[in-house]
Amino acid sequence: MTPNLTLVIQGLAFFAVVWLVMKFGWPHIIAAIEDRQNKIAEGLSAAEKARKDLADADARVADEIRKARVEAAAIIDKANQQATQIVDKARQDAVVEATKQKAIAAADIEAQAHKAREELRGKVVALAMAGAEKILKREIDANAHKALIDQLVTEI
Amino acid sequence: MAAEGTESVDMTGYIQHHLHHWQVKVGDSAFMTINVDTLIFTLLCAVTFLFLFVFLARRATSGVPGKLQSIVEAVVLFVDGLVKETFHGKSKVIAPMSLTMFGLIFFMNFLDLLPIDLLPWAWASGHQLAGHDPAHAYLRIVPTADLNTPLGMALAVFLMTQYVGISQKGVGHFFGEFFTAPFHAEGPIAKILLSPANLLLRLIEECVRPVSLSLRLFGNMYAGELIFVLIAVMTLGATLAHTSTWLLGFGQIVAGFGWTAFHILIITLQAFIFMVLSIVYLSMAAESH
Repeated sequence: MTPNLTLVIQGLAFFAVVWLVMKFGWPHIIAAIEDRQNKIAEGLSAAEKARKDLADADARVADEIRKARVEAAAIIDKANQQATQIVDKARQDAVVEATKQKAIAAADIEAQAHKAREELRGKVVALAMAGAEKILKREIDANAHKALIDQLVTEI
Repeated sequence: MAAEGTESVDMTGYIQHHLHHWQVKVGDSAFMTINVDTLIFTLLCAVTFLFLFVFLARRATSGVPGKLQSIVEAVVLFVDGLVKETFHGKSKVIAPMSLTMFGLIFFMNFLDLLPIDLLPWAWASGHQLAGHDPAHAYLRIVPTADLNTPLGMALAVFLMTQYVGISQKGVGHFFGEFFTAPFHAEGPIAKILLSPANLLLRLIEECVRPVSLSLRLFGNMYAGELIFVLIAVMTLGATLAHTSTWLLGFGQIVAGFGWTAFHILIITLQAFIFMVLSIVYLSMAAESH
């Protein structure tokens, strides 16, 4: 029961164990724990960041889709407008062309009619001349009476 | 009556034999004696403790920890938290020291849960086989039930307290407080008047701490061991022919189970109390009054 030398040995042994733990045990355990804590913290922040990135990407995608839709609508509008314009222009062109063709045809007809009338007039003159020749029973010098005949032609 | 007489002598002898250390004298005075059994089992506990908290710690991974590493880490974090919230100074020794106190004392106390006769019986049998007198084969396996161990550790804590006090405050401040605390005085005359009282209180305080710290642990473990011995005595030298043997045998099993279960609490609690009080002493030494 009375303390003896064991006391000193036990005290020193205690210090020795403390020294060993302090030098070789404790720092390793604490380092491992802190390392793991850091890893977990990093993992959590990475997950948080990924979640945020995903939300951002979603928002961006939605934005892009909305923009694309607006653009598509604009393009369709423009295309419709252009189509209308093209049709209008074609119609106008057609009308102009038709008018032109009509005018050309009318001029043609007029020219033909004129030509036919001239021909007819010449023939009528010849016929009248032949008739008058027959009526007068004499040869009329066409050259001598050209002025008279021309006057007659214009009168017809 | 004669048989009863020898039985009672037997009983006393049994108890005394159980409370006797395996001692080796290394000098002339009574102090120069070594309790070999205490040292052997302390070494055993220290090796177990160091295996867990040094050998395993060196291969501790910061990845997914195994089960054993989880336990070690849980204990370390528990001690670390306790030290951090009590001790506010900066010291690399306090936390490992607290861990050592808790772990080592727990393992040493734990030996108390081994069957009280198992190792002494094996030791005595070995002695007999070697041709020695088994009656002189003494073995006490619980180091903390030997006053030397708690007292040695308490003195280590005492020395550590002084060291921490000096290193945290400086020599002048540390020794100045011997005369100025706990009674604070205004003016030089009052200070001089109060300094003897302060010094006296301080000295008493410093002396009482290791004594109370060691005796608390020692008393609990010694009493625990003694009760295990007394429970073992219930069927000492009994024969199966007696009815009392069966009654006492049943009582022994119940008492042994009950006390062992209760003792699990005590050994943990005492290890914890020793650690917490040491941390408190160390933090008190580090803080100015």
